[in-house]
Amino acid sequence: MTQHVAEKMPPAPPITGGAGASASPGRRRRRFSTLTRVDRLILLGMVAIPTFLVVFFILLPTILSVVLSFTSWNGIGGIDRIKFNGLDNYVNLFTKYKPFWPAFTHNILWLAFFIFVATPIGLFLAVLLDKGMRGTRVYQSVLYMPVVLSLAIVGFIWQLQYSPDQGFLNNVLGTTSRDPGFIDWLGDKDINLWAVLVAASWRHIGYVMVLYLAGLKAVDPGLREAAQIDGANERQTFFRVVFPVLRPINVVVLVITVIESLRAFDIAYIINRGKNGLELLSILVTNNLIGEASLIGFGSSIAVILLLISLGPIVYFLVRSVREEAT
Amino acid sequence: MSAATQPPQGHTRKPRDWNRTFLHVFLIAICIVWLFPLLWTVYQSLRPYAETSSKGFVSLPDTLTLDNYANAWNKAELARYFLNTLVIVVPAVVIVLFLASMMAFAVSRYSWRFNLVLLMLFTALNLLPPQVIITPLFRMYLSIPIFPPLSDNGLLYDQYLGMIVIHVAFQLGFCTFVLSNYMKTLPKELNEAAVVDGASVWTTYSRVIMPLTKPALAALATLEFTFIYNDFFWALMLMRTGAKYPITSALNNLKGQFFVDNNLVAAGALIVALPTLVVYLVLQRQFIGGLTLGSTKG
Repeated sequence: MTQHVAEKMPPAPPITGGAGASASPGRRRRRFSTLTRVDRLILLGMVAIPTFLVVFFILLPTILSVVLSFTSWNGIGGIDRIKFNGLDNYVNLFTKYKPFWPAFTHNILWLAFFIFVATPIGLFLAVLLDKGMRGTRVYQSVLYMPVVLSLAIVGFIWQLQYSPDQGFLNNVLGTTSRDPGFIDWLGDKDINLWAVLVAASWRHIGYVMVLYLAGLKAVDPGLREAAQIDGANERQTFFRVVFPVLRPINVVVLVITVIESLRAFDIAYIINRGKNGLELLSILVTNNLIGEASLIGFGSSIAVILLLISLGPIVYFLVRSVREEAT
Repeated sequence: MSAATQPPQGHTRKPRDWNRTFLHVFLIAICIVWLFPLLWTVYQSLRPYAETSSKGFVSLPDTLTLDNYANAWNKAELARYFLNTLVIVVPAVVIVLFLASMMAFAVSRYSWRFNLVLLMLFTALNLLPPQVIITPLFRMYLSIPIFPPLSDNGLLYDQYLGMIVIHVAFQLGFCTFVLSNYMKTLPKELNEAAVVDGASVWTTYSRVIMPLTKPALAALATLEFTFIYNDFFWALMLMRTGAKYPITSALNNLKGQFFVDNNLVAAGALIVALPTLVVYLVLQRQFIGGLTLGSTKG
């Protein structure tokens, strides 16, 4: 996939006359055995420090989340007060804890909306911009702009559109909170998730668009020409020839879309702290951590559900990358 | 569309031109829709609250002023929160790029037994939702002792150091992934040439590979600046003192306290969004380059 890189980045300067430039075609990397002891120590340090940080601050807490999810720890007292209670937390979560299923459903709806609405729009815009018309740069800049804003800021900006009496939508519709047909975009628990999804898509579409645009630019123009010579129309060329070639990008976009849907937090938190129609798994985890009662064991079981869902796309992505590395 | 099968002759050009015009109109319409929320926020922020509440929010302006910006800036002491952000973002970006470049160098330029495993571990962990790790991390931040010059309460919790550490750890995966992909595209013979010249590993890293990696580093620095600047979650969970909050997280607290009407909220939100927007408009190439560099590897 180096040509993609070369598309977007100034390519690494070519090196001419390097030693062994025309040597054996096989992979010839430096072997460890030829390094001096100091060199080896330096290399070890280069790997050890970042690995330590990632293992200690990311991998360890991930494992601890799983372990704690089988305990009834409330965070008070030392580690010796931790008692294992088997699957109790999970049973409670699935049967008694009211916000769980709404949150789970909202995460799934979020994911479905991103995959079936936002991502196709992003792809569609990328295809339009890929036609190389005049002004493409400007269009791209505008459509991508929301991506640089944090979801927190996106939340504020859209509150100004949605808010009951001061917001743009209700003012333009001429409805106030006293009218019978009034829509409380963010307060009505049947509507607010969709209102938030529109706001979140505003950001996600631009992201997807840029990824696809890079992929489309890297498609060999000869493929398209060949298809057209064979009599394919534009639609056929896209769906039968171009889209299949985009497969690596599709994988990346899919993974990013799933992960972003699971990470959704800021915008719901800003709007109403993730209550009343905006419950999300990520918010339930934090509610149990810093809420009135700090239920560490129980909160961890929600984190584990989140972990299990995210492992799907993560493993898929890793398997694909390794396979491509091998070919 | 069906014209594509015919050879391009004079009479096929006309519908094409029409198509183009239609496409431009369509894209311009989309762009207006896209910009609208932002433009509305700007408009709102320029109008005094008294006027919008008496004339209605959707109305032509009598007065446009920057008062809301001045008020937001002064009343909420935004300068302080910007400074807090700076104290976190600058070291975090520098450290994460430095560590990731070394890691990427080691795994992409030398063959190790654990190369692939490490790279996969980094990639997998950088995709996790932060909420998966927050509960144990929160407890770890409360129990790891840190000595005074680095921490004024003896902990990682509620400290700039703690914020820098988690940003570095959490972003390392992505940066390593991007940089190692970039370094793999550099010719392997570079290392061999360096060895022939008697260069040590460190010299190969700092004098040979790093200078060639500059474009990727620039792109990543731009991207990481916005990622960390835009962080809301980590500060919300791992900081307690309101006055020490970075700007993105502080905005939510300030909303109830100082930003009482929507005009002030609009001004405040735009002030906070401004640095990332400026970085984006000035360094657009780096920005988009970094993003696609990280994704088109697959």
